[in-house]
Amino acid sequence: QHRHLLELLRRTTVHGESNSALIIGPRGSGKTTLLNHVLKDLREMKQVTENLLEFFMKNPFLSGLLQTNDKVALKEITRQLQLENVVGDKVFGSFAENLAFLLEALRRGNRTSSCPILFVLDEFDLFVHHKNQTLLYNLFDISQSAQTPVTVIGLTCRQDILELLEKRVKSRFSHRQIYLMNSFDFKEYIKIFKKQLSLPAEFPDESFAQKWNNNVQHLSEDKTVQDVLQNLFHHTKDLRSLHLLLMLALSAVTVHHPLLTAADLQEASRQHRTDSKANIVHGLSVLEICLIIAMKHLNDVYDGEPFNFQMVYNEFQKFIQRKAHSMYNFEKPVVMKAFEHLLQLELVKPLERPSARAQREYLLMKLLLDSSQIMDALQVYPNCPTDVKQWAASSLSWL
Amino acid sequence: MPNLEHPAYPAADLLHLESLVPCRESQVSMLLSIFGERQQFSLPSIFIYGHTSSGKTYVMQTLLTTLQLPHVFVNCVEYFTSRLLLEEILTQLQSSSSGTEQTCPVHCDTLNDFVRLFKQAVASRELQDQTLYIVLDRAEQLREMEANILPAFLRLQELTDRNVTVVLLSEIVWELFRPNVGCFEPFTMYFPDYSIGHLQKILSQNHPPEYSADFYSAYINILLGVFYMVCRDLKELQHLAALNFAKYCEPVVRGEANERDTRKLWKNIEPHLKKAMQTVYLREISSSQWERLQHDGGEPGQLKGLSAHTHVELPYYSKFLLIAAYLASYNPVRTDKRFFLKHHGKIRKTNFMKKHEKTSNHLLGPKPFPLDRLLAILYSIVDNRVAPTANIFSQITSLVTLQLLSMVGQNDQLDGPRYKCTVSLDFIRAIAR
Repeated sequence: QHRHLLELLRRTTVHGESNSALIIGPRGSGKTTLLNHVLKDLREMKQVTENLLEFFMKNPFLSGLLQTNDKVALKEITRQLQLENVVGDKVFGSFAENLAFLLEALRRGNRTSSCPILFVLDEFDLFVHHKNQTLLYNLFDISQSAQTPVTVIGLTCRQDILELLEKRVKSRFSHRQIYLMNSFDFKEYIKIFKKQLSLPAEFPDESFAQKWNNNVQHLSEDKTVQDVLQNLFHHTKDLRSLHLLLMLALSAVTVHHPLLTAADLQEASRQHRTDSKANIVHGLSVLEICLIIAMKHLNDVYDGEPFNFQMVYNEFQKFIQRKAHSMYNFEKPVVMKAFEHLLQLELVKPLERPSARAQREYLLMKLLLDSSQIMDALQVYPNCPTDVKQWAASSLSWL
Repeated sequence: MPNLEHPAYPAADLLHLESLVPCRESQVSMLLSIFGERQQFSLPSIFIYGHTSSGKTYVMQTLLTTLQLPHVFVNCVEYFTSRLLLEEILTQLQSSSSGTEQTCPVHCDTLNDFVRLFKQAVASRELQDQTLYIVLDRAEQLREMEANILPAFLRLQELTDRNVTVVLLSEIVWELFRPNVGCFEPFTMYFPDYSIGHLQKILSQNHPPEYSADFYSAYINILLGVFYMVCRDLKELQHLAALNFAKYCEPVVRGEANERDTRKLWKNIEPHLKKAMQTVYLREISSSQWERLQHDGGEPGQLKGLSAHTHVELPYYSKFLLIAAYLASYNPVRTDKRFFLKHHGKIRKTNFMKKHEKTSNHLLGPKPFPLDRLLAILYSIVDNRVAPTANIFSQITSLVTLQLLSMVGQNDQLDGPRYKCTVSLDFIRAIAR
């Protein structure tokens, strides 16, 4: 794919052809990196530097996140082309006129033949949601007409991007798509892991670098480390998550602990994969845990239908009256306060917005935790009273 | 707990830091190792989540100010629109660089302008490539703003090409934050909740100098014993500890017991704490009222909370109307005939109350009823004859204004207005006395 893109861009700049392409790939598959690489290579090629427009020195790309509006995009283009003083006070009838004017100005500034311009649009799918898709239409239009050699490259992570384009825009697009998939298998994954961790040859301390690299080699053959990597690989092939994992592991390296060990990687993996909701449940008070167990029972009995506070309170009362020895019977407002804390943590979510008319206790809610999550969390809950645990386990003996 | 050490920061600073953040050493050391040295690029975004008052904001602030790292601290609840947020960040950047000079107001509408102005501001601050930290507290509000704010902040390092790290603090887990199309995943870190030992250690640090540390620890023990089941929030517990300590010390002050007489102190304070749970904990009465009560030594029964039922004084017929409305809301229509037409002599209200417990209508909330049914029930429960005068109807409307009844449906229904009763059983009981 690298070659493909390089060839495309070279043709634009050297031969003056206009083109358009889309680079599609899931998050973290290296689209931006690929593009940056290609641009770097391009600049190094001799024949290109004379033709290419000067403003490539900085980081000139239009991101869908920043340019949320066509007007904003146009202002940004003007600014990057450094044509503000030319545009000045002119009032343009339409977007197309504005763009055509800009390109005219560029042409006049240089030699007889116009300079090739490369438009890079990041987060392409966000541009598609603009009104009328005017920017896209005009850019693709210009790339089809033969005046200025213009290349438009879009980066996106949505596979169905072509369906989102309007018909007139789609017809002007050259339908050239470059797909980037993480299609390496596990062996290559391990190789990447080794390469990421090894220190480069220019590292100042030679002996340490040697020791470190040996250690990395040793680690990549260790069975436990391979297990850890296999786990991550099955979850996502994304290189970014590998990075995060390695960052976690590397943060354990200090002056006293200079080499990475397999235990570090295991600890990092455990931290990386913890269920965050289980962590939150770990920190709840006993009353709140009882409320969650009551909600779990209600879910089991009524098969997932939404409940309200009054029902939960009833269940709680039943538990207190029949089986609890360690729980004191709290008053209703105290239980209500615990319930509102759960709402604030977004473990329970109301089905509709609370209005002034309905009372708060009768608002229908649903629980955002799974019953297996609750049971797992209860196992690790510190100082859980045994009758609460038993109540959680027995489900239908209550009615 | 390991001592904090890091080659880039002076040891004296780290020691001071350690004394300020008890029970959080491992989190701080993890953060320090991620931050690295001042010039090094750190992760583009960090997401820290943890329970209420588990110390996220406090630790972050102390860390950044003690080690004097350049930072901008913004609370997203205070600056709740994107424009306010971006302008505040830029203003703080400006003010910390220009010192005492006048800061000119910054206009920043969109993220595009923000990125441009941000680059300028960072350049003018002479940071010499040190990492700039932008800390956004209560980050769950970012979800409510425009859709591009959150992904843009997560990628800010890439978009501005500067050495900046964005730290997001929140109570809500990351899975609920993720936008639909995915975004740049931040490094998530969990601040675990304090265990009971930790809570004891932190609360005992605040002991007033007149009494010994052991005495105060015993008091904290008792307090935690009562309140730990219900709430683990450090801020609430501190508030309660401060309020009730004077009462706890009373026997010692009066000379009835000395510091070690734990049984007597416990007997003194226990009913007091139980009362506190119902009132101050629920914020029914304010803390100044509570302190005044302690001084007077008055009867706890005289407390008038915010939701006390004795506040509302209703005229004679209104009380009956409200009770009739409650009955109409919670009884199904077919039982009306059975309850109200047979005359058992004196129909006492308590009979009706017991029958209500059995229906499951209680759990689902009040049902709407038409006006005629209300009047019919009213006639049957009031002993003497009631004429349908305008007086009665106006009392119905005033009940609606008081929000004790609520109107269901539009104003111009053909069958007549329908109402719903919005008060609870306890309220009705209190009125019926």
